[in-house]
Amino acid sequence: MVEFLPALIGGILIGGSAGAYMLFNGRIMGVSGIVGALISLTTPGDWKERIFFVIGMLLAPAIYGLFTTLPSVEITSNIAIIVIGGLLVGFGSRLGSGCTSGHGVCGLGRFSKRSFVAVFTFMIAAILTVFIQNHIFG
Amino acid sequence: MRLVISLFTGLVFGFGLILSHMVNPAVVRGFLDFAGQWNPSLGFVLGGAVLMSIIAWRVRDRRFEPVFGGDFPAPAPQIIDKKLISGSIMFGIGWGLVGLCPGPAIVGLGFGFTNIWIFVAAMFIGMGAFQFYNRS
Repeated sequence: MVEFLPALIGGILIGGSAGAYMLFNGRIMGVSGIVGALISLTTPGDWKERIFFVIGMLLAPAIYGLFTTLPSVEITSNIAIIVIGGLLVGFGSRLGSGCTSGHGVCGLGRFSKRSFVAVFTFMIAAILTVFIQNHIFG
Repeated sequence: MRLVISLFTGLVFGFGLILSHMVNPAVVRGFLDFAGQWNPSLGFVLGGAVLMSIIAWRVRDRRFEPVFGGDFPAPAPQIIDKKLISGSIMFGIGWGLVGLCPGPAIVGLGFGFTNIWIFVAAMFIGMGAFQFYNRS
């Protein structure tokens, strides 16, 4: 069980960085969009900003680790499930135009109807998937 | 300055994902497991994040342009189509299966687990497959 205060503060940092990215740079902080455009065939005009955002994300664990201990990361699924999950997350987030950060944080914050539908849909799909894995096959 | 903002927001976003344990697939799957030992902490993550986002969009309504120029994002489209629904279903299944979505997966690369690198490689292949699918 994770305590609620770090969860709330973590959420404030996530939403705060999304808000700052939008107010200062005028962009939606959606990770699937930022990363997806980087690996597309056409180079987006703001590719440098996208790269710098990703570099910031990649540096986060090392810098966080300088100040305090990193939390544990437990990824227990077998390789086949990890590969299938990765493929679905990659393809699905692009087809649905967003993931947890773009639709979940930015979209809900601007009361976008599309994002409400997307978040509701992927939450239900994820909850059903975990239910089937843990309680039917588990 | 735009690059500094990009780097800094990426870093703070990463800190948020680490501090809130979003980077831990076991915690994410615990949140999604309503029928098991449900761990509600990620509800606070989403709540805090959406609250800050709502405030930012209110501030946006009072400004003509972003601090460092350019345009604000176009108004959110309202179309709810098959792509949105089927994409979100696929994304949700993948997210539930492993407990990783794109943000935590990329931040998780820095934790040095081979499995996370494999997940991110598969995710990139999935995104690439979408580019191919979307072209034809």
